[in-house]
Amino acid sequence: MNNLIQNQRTARTMDIVNQGLARRYRAEKRFRLYGIVAIILSMIFLVFLFISISANGYTAFQQTFVRLDIHLDPEILDAGSLADANYQGLVKQSLADMFPEVTTRREKRQLYGMVSNGAAYQLQDYVRKNQNKIGSVIQIWVPADDDVDMVIKGHIQRDVPEAERRVKDNQLSWIDEFREQGRLEKRFNTTFFTAGDSREPELAGIKGAVTGSFYTLIVTLLLSFPIGVAAAVYLEEFAPKNRWTDIIEVNINNLAAVPSIVYGLLGLAVFLNFFGLPRSVPLVGGLVLTLMTLPTIIIASRAALKSVPPSIREAALGVGASRTQMVMHHVLPLALPGMLTGTIIGMAQALGETAPLLMIGMVAFIVDIPGGFTDPSTVLPVQIFLWADSPERAFLEKTSAAIMVLLAFLVTMNALAVFLRKKFERRW
Amino acid sequence: MSSSNLLLVLLMLTTAGYYLGRKKAVAVAQATGKGQQILHSRPTYYGALAALWCAVPALAIFVFWQAFGPTVITQLVVAGLPPDLQALPSDRLGLLMNDVKNLVHGNIISGDISVAIRAAADHYTRLQTLSHAALAVLVLVAGIAGILWIQKRITPVLRARNHVESLVKYLLVACASIAIFTTIGIVLSVLYEAIRFFKVIPIHEFLFGLDWSPQMAIRSDQVGSSGAFGAIPVFMGTLLISAIAMCVAVPIGLMSAIYLSEYADKRVRAVAKPLLEILAGIPTVVYGFFAALVVAPMIRNAGVTLGLDVSSESALAAGLVMGIMIIPFVSSLSDDVINAVPQSLRDGALGLGSTKSETVRLVVLPAALPGIVGGVLLAVSRAIGETMIVVMAAGLAANLTVNPLKTVTTVTVQIVTLLVGDQEFDSPKTLAAFALGLLLFVITLILNVIALVVVRKYREQYE
Repeated sequence: MNNLIQNQRTARTMDIVNQGLARRYRAEKRFRLYGIVAIILSMIFLVFLFISISANGYTAFQQTFVRLDIHLDPEILDAGSLADANYQGLVKQSLADMFPEVTTRREKRQLYGMVSNGAAYQLQDYVRKNQNKIGSVIQIWVPADDDVDMVIKGHIQRDVPEAERRVKDNQLSWIDEFREQGRLEKRFNTTFFTAGDSREPELAGIKGAVTGSFYTLIVTLLLSFPIGVAAAVYLEEFAPKNRWTDIIEVNINNLAAVPSIVYGLLGLAVFLNFFGLPRSVPLVGGLVLTLMTLPTIIIASRAALKSVPPSIREAALGVGASRTQMVMHHVLPLALPGMLTGTIIGMAQALGETAPLLMIGMVAFIVDIPGGFTDPSTVLPVQIFLWADSPERAFLEKTSAAIMVLLAFLVTMNALAVFLRKKFERRW
Repeated sequence: MSSSNLLLVLLMLTTAGYYLGRKKAVAVAQATGKGQQILHSRPTYYGALAALWCAVPALAIFVFWQAFGPTVITQLVVAGLPPDLQALPSDRLGLLMNDVKNLVHGNIISGDISVAIRAAADHYTRLQTLSHAALAVLVLVAGIAGILWIQKRITPVLRARNHVESLVKYLLVACASIAIFTTIGIVLSVLYEAIRFFKVIPIHEFLFGLDWSPQMAIRSDQVGSSGAFGAIPVFMGTLLISAIAMCVAVPIGLMSAIYLSEYADKRVRAVAKPLLEILAGIPTVVYGFFAALVVAPMIRNAGVTLGLDVSSESALAAGLVMGIMIIPFVSSLSDDVINAVPQSLRDGALGLGSTKSETVRLVVLPAALPGIVGGVLLAVSRAIGETMIVVMAAGLAANLTVNPLKTVTTVTVQIVTLLVGDQEFDSPKTLAAFALGLLLFVITLILNVIALVVVRKYREQYE
């Protein structure tokens, strides 16, 4: 009797398990699928981001140029006053000669708008270098206006009604005529890498911003690396375990999670208002970014110090080294590669940081390329922010191209960090 | 002498001090006739001691002078102004001093240059030159004095190594306490301006007001410039966008962490993990551009096809992109926590016949929950403090709404818009940014502290 009941019971438990098994396996499969979907989704985001940026940006590395035949009129280019001759007038004259049928003031303005304002400066440079050419007719390639550039690159559609288009019908016909005469050419856009910011997209470049970023990062590196390493060495090797060091430790962890814009507020209130340092300069930007990256560097450096085995310390102390000698001669050299990796990652973070720099005025429109730590300047991410706000269609591709340059820098830095880690990583 | 030249000379002086100290120590040892072993420390320590005594005081003077010099000069110039100019209210006086400084630095100045301003500018230039000269003299004298003082004290019994080591230790302590000073600096600077703000706008009006329109009237009869400073709509906007971001980041981040740590084989993990971390390395300004350029129009078009009214700066776009940014943050933190769960717990559950997903859901996740909660709290604090994405993709209008298709504004957006550009430091409009900054700092601080405590407690549980 008892046996029978027990048999029935075990059979029933097995049945219940078997009944549920298919459902449970389905749940298992579903769960696994969720995981795969999550990873694939993040990969899709990543790929989508890169594709959309590069699809918008790759055209910016080329620029449309127009060939003009310019008569260097000796009456206008008087040898005594080459600096302030009317080069703009010469460029306009050349365009007017090409299309004698243009007479009305409005059409003339449209025609002159086909080439960049920079053409006059380029002509001036040319004349200064080739004074013997005065009096002859020269052929010179000048950058086209950004709207023309956009038409050539297909970013401005021709089939939109004229009223909704920035480039008018007669300008389109001139572009076609230029093209038939072989006067249009797409070339590599060197201006983008050699010029500072400009209101004219075809004359704008990233060199000013890159130089500003460079100076800012130099300040950040010079301050944050030694200070960060010193702080880590103290906390890891010398500090007694008491309340004071506990406070410092909690503090550093907290600082690592403080929003970056708060550091901007700190910089504004302390460096600019209290100490009266100048606005928009790499020095102040570097100071703010130093405070921001210090926690990252300290945490990474402490991890590097922790990974040095205690036996090395004991051996050094055992042969009579003092504590400082032990750290300086043995522990620090072994931990240095790890610290360097952490520093490079911190620098990459600082290079991409925008928000705190907005607070200390590094967001100004600056044309000149900064020449030092106290020249007003902007940095690459801020330049991206400024261009992203500009309404001209041509700045869209400039922004994307600047992003590509920034990402290239970041990838290089991170690859360097990974390389260093791989090369010097030591397992005890 | 320019600052960089001065530092260069100081560097050379320090090097010279090192060699002089070392030479002196060797000479002293030779004089006793017993050779170098009579010295307490090796000769390099005597050199290092001289170098430290040369560089440290001189550098301290340099930094102090650079930090406070300009303020002192400005005060002196103000004191030298004619009495009628000195009697001006402080904001007018500030403008006047700006003109003076611009004149000194050769910038374009506003308005015409009066005789008094020119005289003040001359005074300023004179003081500046004087200050530079005085600084150079002081720094060099301090450096040389340091070297000479040590030179005189070098004897075989001078415990140079111990002196150097204790000096180095003090330097290390100073570096470590910069973290404390940074925190104090943040608290003081934000609090100081925020208190000035609360003197104008009562604190309860700021914390509980339902209306935010920080445009202050210049004239009293201007339209639409009431200047309401109620932080609730701004705060709600921040929460809305952060909530959307969390809805994206937590499921995706958590599931990918679970998959990578429990299911994926080594090769998949080796490829997928660094790829996920790329998302974390992309600058936020790039995400902002992506949100404004690609995601916002996409959502808007989708909304139009569905017949919905979607704002072009919808909270959804900003929140979505912010969520993408936070995915790697959530996933790497959860990954750490899940890996820290002891294998014995898993083995026990598997041994009882549960499937892998049941083990994860019923055993691993509950065990890892405190750590995951801590990680998510850190991610929330990150989302609240995130600036560039919302500045570029979210709106400026402070709407009190929970509709993700409408435009909302956030704390960080308001701080940026209020502080970028020229500002006067006594209008409530500028000070409001600091009050918002204080709010931001306090909220993220509370979240961080809770998260850190939770994570730390949890870690100890299994160690």
